[in-house]
Amino acid sequence: MADADSDDGEDIFVSNSNPVSVSRGVSQPDRVTEEPSDLFSEEEEAASSTAAKANGVHSDDDNDLFADANVELSTDKSGSSARKEPSGPRHASSFTPSPAAMQPTSLEQLEEEEAKDSFDVDVAVTNPEKVGDGMNAYVAYKVSTRTSLPMFRSKVFSVRRRFSDFLGLYEKLSVKQSLHGCIIPPPPEKSVVGMTKVKVGMDDPSSVEFVERRRAALERYLQRVVSHPSLLQDPDVREFLEREDLPRAVNTQALSGAGFLKMINKASDAVNKMTIKMNESDTWFEDKFQEVENEEQQLRKLHVVVDSLVNHRKELCGNTAVFAKSLAMLGNSEDNTALSRALSQLAEVEDKMEQLHQEQAASDFFIFAELLGDYIRLLGAVRGCFDQRMRAWQRWQEAQSTLQKKREAEAKLLWANKPDKLQQAKEEITEWEARVTQYERDFDRIGMTVRKEVLRFEKEKAKDFKSQIIKYLEAMLQSQQRLIKFWEAFLPEAKAIA
Amino acid sequence: MMAFSSLRSVSVDLNHDASLLIDIPDALCERDKVKFTVHTKTTLSSFQKPDFSVPRQHEDFIWLHDTLVETEDYAGLIIPPAPPKPDFDSPREKMHKLGEGEATMTKEEYTKMKQELEAEYLAVFKKTVQVHEIFLQRLSSHPVLSKDRNFQIFLEYDQDLSVRRKNAKEMFGGFFKNMVKSADEVLISGVKEVDDFFEQEKTFLLDYYSKIKDSTAKAEKMTRAHKNIADDYIHISATLNSLAADDMTANKNLNIILSLQKVEGRVASDQDLKLTELLRYYMRDIQAAKDLLYRRARALADYENSNKALDKARLKSKDIPQAEEHQRQCLQKFDKLSESGKKELTSFKGRRVVAFRKNFIEMAELEIKHAKNSVTLLQGCIELLKSN
Repeated sequence: MADADSDDGEDIFVSNSNPVSVSRGVSQPDRVTEEPSDLFSEEEEAASSTAAKANGVHSDDDNDLFADANVELSTDKSGSSARKEPSGPRHASSFTPSPAAMQPTSLEQLEEEEAKDSFDVDVAVTNPEKVGDGMNAYVAYKVSTRTSLPMFRSKVFSVRRRFSDFLGLYEKLSVKQSLHGCIIPPPPEKSVVGMTKVKVGMDDPSSVEFVERRRAALERYLQRVVSHPSLLQDPDVREFLEREDLPRAVNTQALSGAGFLKMINKASDAVNKMTIKMNESDTWFEDKFQEVENEEQQLRKLHVVVDSLVNHRKELCGNTAVFAKSLAMLGNSEDNTALSRALSQLAEVEDKMEQLHQEQAASDFFIFAELLGDYIRLLGAVRGCFDQRMRAWQRWQEAQSTLQKKREAEAKLLWANKPDKLQQAKEEITEWEARVTQYERDFDRIGMTVRKEVLRFEKEKAKDFKSQIIKYLEAMLQSQQRLIKFWEAFLPEAKAIA
Repeated sequence: MMAFSSLRSVSVDLNHDASLLIDIPDALCERDKVKFTVHTKTTLSSFQKPDFSVPRQHEDFIWLHDTLVETEDYAGLIIPPAPPKPDFDSPREKMHKLGEGEATMTKEEYTKMKQELEAEYLAVFKKTVQVHEIFLQRLSSHPVLSKDRNFQIFLEYDQDLSVRRKNAKEMFGGFFKNMVKSADEVLISGVKEVDDFFEQEKTFLLDYYSKIKDSTAKAEKMTRAHKNIADDYIHISATLNSLAADDMTANKNLNIILSLQKVEGRVASDQDLKLTELLRYYMRDIQAAKDLLYRRARALADYENSNKALDKARLKSKDIPQAEEHQRQCLQKFDKLSESGKKELTSFKGRRVVAFRKNFIEMAELEIKHAKNSVTLLQGCIELLKSN
């Protein structure tokens, strides 16, 4: 029952009333190869790391997620490479220069609160299952939640949801006045091609990859939603997580076809067509917007290259497999026994290399490429907030000009001496004065929200990128270590050739 | 840095005999023409000077190879395969693309790509120098071929060889060479073999050739894919660079990506040298061995024909002595070919096995070395990122 205005007000000026804590950073897609049969099953690595120190009772530690229901949440397992990375204790250190604050005290307070906040909701999206047949078939996912928050009915629960439900959630959140200025995480894009293949059959490798990709993306989406303090409060979010049967979302057309970014860009264009240009007393917004646009551009470029990397690595896989077979044939032809054996061994090594390349390509894609894709969409959402602020300003300005007109009308009436019309005019003036005050307050509020949100977003982004890159590098490290073992095993074979 | 000596392991035990030492100390690349400096150091009196150099073009090497192939006396020898034409197509195409894409790249990216391109040019250059060098060294270390008159001319003649080349072409018309190219497999398989050794060799070589040709092509594709990945890393690091400006974390990531790219590039070129070049070289060498089998098969066919001719002559009681003489000569030629052929093929086996061994060991060691480098790099970077 979030009452938007008062909530925001409390957020800014008063210490937060919610004792919520989220233990996890934003997005850590599961490793492709691991499909946990029991959710959140703990990874083996019990090696303690220096990094994560639990904040209070709760594990900042994602590995501990949903291990067994009986396991103490305070067990401090390390941030291992395999799974979701712990975000570590949140520092109050800001990565961005403090905005030229209109209300410096409150912003500092804000940052401190961010540091103190720790959330306690974990969500996971698993078990994709095809429901139905033919073109009406769809995939249902299990959405599981584990929480210690009192506002939920139970501590551990799960529901089944389909893709359009996730889109529906976004739809609902994005139109809420109370959430204006917030960076609402965008859902993954629709894909007619991908889904059609799946409807036909879920067994071929490209369908499997598509479903896994979508599952991971939906999970990251939900994780971002629940780690947002305002969104977590939202009844629609709660309903999404808890309610057994969700009414089908019907308004997802907006997000169909070319998807989310197209929508954002259309809205942007509308703002750009505004005739009155905003006079920024505070350059923070202009500068930040520019930064966001630049960053989005660079990420797009990067995404293109990473896509190319993924494709080339897949090509390498194919070429290596083919080469391994050819080498095996050559080994069979070879008449020197030792050399023949060595050639066969080399063929096996190349086969293992292909496996490594395959895993590396998955890592390139699921960790690196998807991260970039997520952030390109997120930056679009950030732009959307700035646009919302502009529109709020616009509304305020328009109200002001309407008020001005009413005052002029009143002046005319005074001169023309029409008392009854005058009364009406006075009433209208009062009404519009109230509106102007309201809209001005709205505008200021949105401005504050946007600033806060951007701050939070930048922190999350830095954390997210860092943890994903660590994950990527750790996957690569493992791969290289295995490579060494393969070649070290081959070396004696090569030396044995006589 | 590419090891200059690495390609020599393709054919081992060359250039050890001090009586005739040959190398190509440098070469010039003008447009697409490569001018090799062939340097000879010798104690043999058959040469005018003990130490001298001459400039030679690729076509000169081909001329030398062809004259050797067409020399009857060498029919029983495996003539070392001719070096392939210098191929700058790939880096040239890349340079073209780079020029076209210059506008869309950042300065750093362009510089880095250009550096990589220059490295690739250099690699192709070094490869072609070495493959030409090996050809000469195979000749100089062969007991019979090293004494060839044309070989000496090639090494010593300080004028332009192109005139002599043209004359040679007119004389032989490339007849033998063309014949070999088109008919060898058919003839070799068709002739009834009398000798077990050669029967085995024939079966083995024909089969092995097709397999190694296949492997060579697939190895080339694999190497190319590796190179593409290395290039992608360049683009990634360039873009990260633009993103990174003031973000410290990104800068660290940037450095890691750059280093990874270097390693990937080294892996690609080492694999190219040790594996792909090895396969490529021996594919050509086996073709040369097949050519020997072909010539022997021809000699056998000639001998059988001469037998038939002798029978016919005896039947007709005409020209018997000539027919007998002809038959005797054919037999002699055939026996000589068989004898030297056996020797050549046996030593070829040994040479091949030794070369494969050396290259496989070196390749495995390099892969391990590069992977260990990567591991250290990655561990360091992960530590750094985690400790922040």
